[in-house]
Amino acid sequence: MAEIKTYKYDLVVVGGGPAGMACAVSAYESGLRSILILERESELGGILRQCIHNGFGLHRFGEELTGPEYAYRYARQVREYGIKHMLNTTVTKIDADKTVTAQNSDEGIFRVEARAVALAMGCRERPLGALGIFGSRPAGVYTAGAAQRYVNMMGYLPGREVVILGSGDIGLIMARRMTLEGARVKAVLEIMPHSSGLARNIEQCLNDFDIPLMTSHTVVEIHGRHRVEGVTVARVDERRAPIANTMEYIPCDTLLLSCGLIPENELTAGLGIALDRRTGGVTVDENRQTEIEGVYSFGNALHVHDLVDYVSEEAAIAGKAAAEYVMGGSMKRAVVSVSTYGGVRYTVPQRISKVCETVLFFRVDAAYEDKRLVVRQGGEVLVSRKYAKLLPGEMQSVKIPADKLSLDAGELSVGLE
Amino acid sequence: MLLSGLIAGLRQNGDFMFDIAVIGAGVIGGAVAREMTKYNQRVVILEGQSDVAMGATKANSAIVHAGFDAKPGTLKAALNVRGSELMEEYTYELGVKYNRCGSLVVGFNDDDRETLRALYRRGQENGVRELYLLEGREDVLAVEPCVADGVCCALLAKTGAITCPYELCMAAVGCAIDNGAILKLNFEVNKIEKTTEGYIISSSDGKCVESRWIINCAGVYSDRIASLVGDESFEITARRGEYVLLDRSEGGTVSHTVFRCPSPMGKGVLVTPTVDGNLLIGPSAENIPDKDDISTTREGIAHVKALAGEQVSSIDFSKTITSFAGLRASGSTGDFIINIAKEGFINCAGIESPGLSAAPAIAEYVAELLRGAGVALIPREGFSGRRRPMHYFRELPDEQKNEIIKKFPEYAHIICRCELISEGEILEAIRTNPRPSDIDGIKRRTRSGMGRCQGGFCAPSVAEILARELKVDFCEITKRGGGSQINLAKTKGEK
Repeated sequence: MAEIKTYKYDLVVVGGGPAGMACAVSAYESGLRSILILERESELGGILRQCIHNGFGLHRFGEELTGPEYAYRYARQVREYGIKHMLNTTVTKIDADKTVTAQNSDEGIFRVEARAVALAMGCRERPLGALGIFGSRPAGVYTAGAAQRYVNMMGYLPGREVVILGSGDIGLIMARRMTLEGARVKAVLEIMPHSSGLARNIEQCLNDFDIPLMTSHTVVEIHGRHRVEGVTVARVDERRAPIANTMEYIPCDTLLLSCGLIPENELTAGLGIALDRRTGGVTVDENRQTEIEGVYSFGNALHVHDLVDYVSEEAAIAGKAAAEYVMGGSMKRAVVSVSTYGGVRYTVPQRISKVCETVLFFRVDAAYEDKRLVVRQGGEVLVSRKYAKLLPGEMQSVKIPADKLSLDAGELSVGLE
Repeated sequence: MLLSGLIAGLRQNGDFMFDIAVIGAGVIGGAVAREMTKYNQRVVILEGQSDVAMGATKANSAIVHAGFDAKPGTLKAALNVRGSELMEEYTYELGVKYNRCGSLVVGFNDDDRETLRALYRRGQENGVRELYLLEGREDVLAVEPCVADGVCCALLAKTGAITCPYELCMAAVGCAIDNGAILKLNFEVNKIEKTTEGYIISSSDGKCVESRWIINCAGVYSDRIASLVGDESFEITARRGEYVLLDRSEGGTVSHTVFRCPSPMGKGVLVTPTVDGNLLIGPSAENIPDKDDISTTREGIAHVKALAGEQVSSIDFSKTITSFAGLRASGSTGDFIINIAKEGFINCAGIESPGLSAAPAIAEYVAELLRGAGVALIPREGFSGRRRPMHYFRELPDEQKNEIIKKFPEYAHIICRCELISEGEILEAIRTNPRPSDIDGIKRRTRSGMGRCQGGFCAPSVAEILARELKVDFCEITKRGGGSQINLAKTKGEK
C-alpha cells in the first residue's frame, strides 16, 4: 500500500498567485525560511497570467505593467530567494490542526504539517445558474474570465457577435479584448444605474471602441438551441427587477457574464472558520490573522480587490505576521471589533488586536456623493473625512493614527454621515 | 431504393440483422437494452441525439416512487411498485447511488387529510409496504422539522427513494454495450419499412439498420415513431417541468422527499435531497407544443419557488446553482402504453412519472411480451450485469489512490477543483461505454462542471482533453453535439 508522505514546513501558502507570492516573499524577508507555496496551475502567477492588459503596478512599482509582467516580478523574487513551490498541485483539504492535504502527479496525495497557513486561494466568478436568467442553455455563454482564458492563454475565439452582462472591470476588459480579436461587441449591460468598473476602463474599453453601455439593464432570457442565437434584454426598476414592456431582442452568438466575484473559501470550511456574509471571506484582524491562530487570509480570498497592488500590500502584512508568529510564538487575540453603518458595507480588518497605525479598507453599498466617513470609538470621533464621491466598485481605505486608538474603549464604528 | 436492394446492401456491408432494435437511449431504452443482452438477442440501440440520456432522463425529479400515487389497476401502478422493489438491486448492480430516504406527502387542512387517507388506501391496494399516516402536526415535524407551519397531517412512505437517473441510463446502456449491444448515436429515425423478417429502420441522414423487433422507447417522440409503423392509437404531449437546484450546503434542509398533498388547486412541487447532496425543487407542469424546447421560464421558476416555500420553510434560494427543464412524455391514454402494437413492434410510450421508478420493471415486462409472442429468450452465458460505480475512485482511501497514481499519474492531476475530479477519471469516462464526445457528456459522467463554479475553470481543460483523446481539432469540441461548438476559430499560431 503506497504510504502518504508527510512534510513539515513552518509556513504553507495555499495559492501561488500575486497574493501567495507576496506573502511568501514578505515572510522570507522577515526571516522565515521554511516556506512552501502550493499552486494548482503549471506556473506561478494566478489569474494575472491571463490578464495581458496593462494597468497593474502603478502603486506598487510606479510602472504600468501587464498582468504577466507584474506576476513575473514576484515569481522571480520567489525563485531568487529559493522559496520552495510546487506547481500542478491542488490542495484538497486543510484540517483545523493546520495539516494541509494536497496532490500532484509526482508525489501523489501527500500531507504537509504546517505551523502557519496562508489562505491565498483568490476568487471565482458568479456562474450563469446563479443569475436568474431564463431560456435555453446553449453553447456560447461564458463567464468573462473563462472567455479570457480561451482568448489569451489558448489562442481561440469563443464567439463573434458578443453581448456582455456586467460592466465590472473583467467585462470591460473583455469587451476590448474580443473587439481586438475581430469580434463585434454589441453592448455591455449593467444592472445598476452606474458601472462598477474603473473609470479608465470605461474610457479605454468602451468609449474608445464605440461599444454602447446600457445601464439599468439586464439579460432576462437566452435564446438558441445549440449555440446562442440572441438574448432578450430589459430595463430594470429601482429594485433591479426587469420592466416587462422594455424587452428588446439582441441577436448574438455569445454572452459573456461579468456578474461578480466570489471569494474562494471551500478549503476554509474544512478549518471550521465562519465566513463574513458581507465579504464572502473570513474575518481577520489587522495582521490578516483569522479566528485560528497562525492561519491567515488575504487577497481576493478575503475580500474582492480592485487593484492587485493592494493585494500585494495586504499579503505582505500577512507574510510578516506569519513569520513573527512562527519565530516569536503566540499572537495577541483581537479585542476590538469593527462594526459598520450608514452605507459602509464592510471593513477589512473586522477586528483590531494592537494599538498602532491601522489602515481599514472599506466598500460602500451604493453610490454616494458629498458624504463624511466617520470612525468612532467609545463615543469619540477618531477620524472624519469628506468624500465628494464614493462608489461600491472602488475600494477605499482610511488610516487611523495610533494615538487615537484604544484597546479598552470598546467597538470601533465606521459609517457614512 | 427498392427494399430488396436495401436489404441486400445491408447484408453486404456486414450489418447483419439485429433481433432487437431499441429506439431511444433514455433510462427506459437502457433498461430494456440491458435486459435483452441477458439473452441470445443481438441488440442495437438507436439514439437520435449525440449522447444517451438526453431527454427527460437527465431532467427529472430522480425519485423512485413508493407507488401509492398511481391509480390501481393501471400499468403505472403495477410497474411502479414492481420497479420500486427491483430498484435497490438494479442500482447496486449498475454502481449507481440509491438512497431510500422515504417520501413524505404533507397536508395542511381537512381536505388534505381526506386526500392523504385516500392515497393511503390506494397505496395499500397497489401493494405498497411501509406506508404510514401521520395524523398530527407534531408527528410530522418530528420526522421532518422544516415542514412549513400549518402542516397538520402527512403520508410517510418509507420505501420512497432517490437515485441518479442519467447515471442509471448511462450505466445500463454501457452494460448493454459491454455485453454486445451496438449503440448508434445521431441516428434520428425517420422511416420504418416492414420486411418479411422484421423492419428496416432508416435515419434522416440515410443510414439504415435491419431488425426483427423494434422496442419504441423514444420518449416525447414515441408517437411519431409509432405512426411510422402505422400505429396512430395514441398521442404524446410534451409536458414541461422546471426545476431549481441548490448548493450542497442546502442538501440537509429536508431528509425525505417532501411532496405537497395534491389539491383542487393543483399538484405541489417536491423538495428533495439528491444522491449527490444537493437540494432539488420542482417540477412545474405545463403542456408545450415544441417537443425540442427545454428552456426555463421566469414564471415557471418563480412558481416552483413559491410552491416550495409553502411546504418547506427556510429554503435559502440565494444558494441556487442552476435551474433546468425537462419534458414529460405525457400519453393521451393516461397510462403507460406498453403493448405489441404491430407484429414485431413493441411500444414503451407515455413513460412519464413514475417512469424512472418503473424502469427495471418495464424491461421485465417487455421480456414477458416477447416471450408471449413466441420469441425464445435463452439466457446467455457470459452476461455480466454489473458495472463499476462511475465515481469509485473518489471513494477510495488515499493510500489506494496513491497506488493507482503511481501507475497512472493523471489520477493526481485535478481538473475540476470544485468537485475534485482528476484527469485520470475524465480519461476513464472517455474510454468507457457509452463513450462521450462532448463537454456535457463528460459532465454527466464525472460531475466535472457540476460544482460551484459550473465549469468556469474546468471546461477549457476538459475540452483540451477531449480534443486530444478524440483526435479532433479543438474548435470541433461542442457543449452537447450538434452545432454547439465552444470556440469558433483559432486566433493564434498555425491554422
